Amino acid sequence: MPDQPGTRTEPPYWADEGRRRGLAAWMMSTDHKRIGVMYLAALLSFFSVGVLLGFLMRLNLLSPGAVIKAQTYNELFTMHGLIQIFLFIIPGVPVAFGNFFLPILIGARDMAFPRINRLSWWLYVAGALIVLLSLVIEGRPPDTGWTFYAPYSIRTPASISLAVFGVFVMGFSSILTGLNFVTTIHRLRAPGMGWFRMPAFCWTLYATGWVQMLATPILAITLALIILSRVFGIGFFDPARGGDPILFEHLFWTYSHPAVYIMVLPAMGIISEVVPVFSRKSLYGYAAVAISALGIASIGYLVWGHHMFTSGMSDTARVVFSFLTFLVAVPSGVKVFNWVATLYKGSVKLDAPLIFALSFIFLFSIGGLTGLIIGSLAPNLHVHGTYFIVAHFHYVMFGGAGFAILTALHYWFPKMFGRMYSERRAKLGWLFLFVGFQFLYFSMFILGYKGMPRRYFDYPPEFRTLNIVSTIGSWILVTGLVIIFANLIRSLRKGPRAPRDPWGGKTLEWRIPSPPAAENFRTAPVISDTPYDYGPE
Amino acid sequence: MDEARTAPGPGEAGEGRIDALGKRTGMWFFLFTELLFFGGLFLLYSIYRYKFPADFHQAAADESLVLGSVNTAILLTSSLAMALAIAAVRRGEVRRSIGLQRTTIALGSVFLVIKGLEWGAKIARGLYPNGPALLSLKNGEIIFFGLYFTMTGLHALHVLIGIAVIAFMIRFTRRGVVGPDRYARLENTGLYWHFVDIVWIYLFPLFYLIT
Repeated sequence: MPDQPGTRTEPPYWADEGRRRGLAAWMMSTDHKRIGVMYLAALLSFFSVGVLLGFLMRLNLLSPGAVIKAQTYNELFTMHGLIQIFLFIIPGVPVAFGNFFLPILIGARDMAFPRINRLSWWLYVAGALIVLLSLVIEGRPPDTGWTFYAPYSIRTPASISLAVFGVFVMGFSSILTGLNFVTTIHRLRAPGMGWFRMPAFCWTLYATGWVQMLATPILAITLALIILSRVFGIGFFDPARGGDPILFEHLFWTYSHPAVYIMVLPAMGIISEVVPVFSRKSLYGYAAVAISALGIASIGYLVWGHHMFTSGMSDTARVVFSFLTFLVAVPSGVKVFNWVATLYKGSVKLDAPLIFALSFIFLFSIGGLTGLIIGSLAPNLHVHGTYFIVAHFHYVMFGGAGFAILTALHYWFPKMFGRMYSERRAKLGWLFLFVGFQFLYFSMFILGYKGMPRRYFDYPPEFRTLNIVSTIGSWILVTGLVIIFANLIRSLRKGPRAPRDPWGGKTLEWRIPSPPAAENFRTAPVISDTPYDYGPE
Repeated sequence: MDEARTAPGPGEAGEGRIDALGKRTGMWFFLFTELLFFGGLFLLYSIYRYKFPADFHQAAADESLVLGSVNTAILLTSSLAMALAIAAVRRGEVRRSIGLQRTTIALGSVFLVIKGLEWGAKIARGLYPNGPALLSLKNGEIIFFGLYFTMTGLHALHVLIGIAVIAFMIRFTRRGVVGPDRYARLENTGLYWHFVDIVWIYLFPLFYLIT
């Protein structure tokens, strides 16, 4: 039987048991929960660095050239992109919340390969440190943008090789994580947990794991070729030696578009967990939500060309890529409608996790619909390379994946750390964040539509007003983030003790103590029903 | 002790038992990612071959068919030795298995030596990326040799890693960590070695047989 509330007998997972103590006990641990918490701490640290860099970029655009030089601005947006994408949001949900909760949600004691899991963590740390090291040694910091487009990435004197190598190492971490998750889901589901009795989050982690395995190796080889080009002068992407720079773009986006789904699929999984709990209803269309995750993963692998509509491609290829881009919006739409249908006639409780989840649905819908504008050929020619694109992917990445991470933090915080946070402060922080977000990024839609190009440190005077609005938005947004994280950090020590199941969740993690013991389950759970058992409607 | 926690979850039978199927599944997934890793290069090869058919034809004449064929035979034989080593361990013939694993390492090393001789001959003539002789050639030939060094180099790196892993397996077999009832590691090593072998089976015609 599951543990009864308040009858804790086992120490929490963070109590040292082995011969190691302190930091070594954490770094050498193969416990998926410890690894998840370490990832979370690292991710949020890098996130704050990335936010700071973005903040400085906005500060420059308030008054171009006053504080920041043009070259510094190039380095700022490159490092902002590198950190937010490779260090924060691609590993993001799976490594932090996936690690902590996947084994618990399927009733297992750990991952299929706990030691490979620990290796992934080490590789992630090593890769992240190498990327950060590129800031300080070997010439100037990278200035290519996070996409490392050839031939500039091969010619620039900046320390590209080091940064690229760091991303390469993190790629291995990502591959091993995906491999581990997929194998875990295949092999370690508790007795009675058939595929369609898994919580929806596990389905999205499964789909994500496949994307990580299928796409990341292509990035790895592409990055390796950049290093070989820089060090040995192999001319695969150098027109002077018969190479083709457009091939680089193809190879790069063959990974980096699926990477978008690595970021957003597990984020959708989190929303699929939170919405039923706070509506007191089963997830509407569970099977459709599960299958659509696989649909997104498989179609998402074939749409990379829409990043290159203006790079030089045959019209046939462009039409096909555009069509596939529209197609991938269908399973995403299925998910949005299912979340809304779950809320319909539910007993909705507007706690902080749901507020963040609803913001996700709202912001992701804006990001998704503007994605269709960009995905159609004619408007793409108009807005390609403008702030419209910047606004679009910030709505999807930050408004989508970023808000999902905040949702997960507020939803699972009591389980992970055994404390409750201040609901009032969380909502206050959300208000600042949400309002600041619209000022910051919606003005970019208008700027881009009017033709302001991205990646420039300066702009003509007619764009001034909206840039000021956007920068003021960044101040409001950062205030919101500070409130949110101050609240959570304060609650780590001072929050009231969390009960076993503060939200009335029905999935397995709410049947064990908060925080869980090292072994997760005292006795192996046996599953006999759907994951969201809220009785007959 | 955290090392003891590699056992499968509570859903699986008996604690401490190795989930051999799970480990093999993981290895197949890994090989799949390796395939895609090389796949990027095979893609480049096919595109540039399509773009420069004549240059590729001409440049491939520089490769020694004899050395390439010998190396193919050596690598295939090493795969046979590896497969026999696994079969031997399953039957409990530990000594024979160790001998066969050593044979695999020896053949792999011979492969690398021959590969090194081929590389050395080219480098001595200035025929290496950014090298004087190479840059005087036509664009398609520059790309051909770039691909040759990158792909065979990456493959050689995999052979090297394979040799190192098999060296560990010999240790494990000797200490009984790998034995008749628990040979998942050795089997996975074998899978990896066969994969490296298969990559070469594709590299051989692409670089040696297209003239």
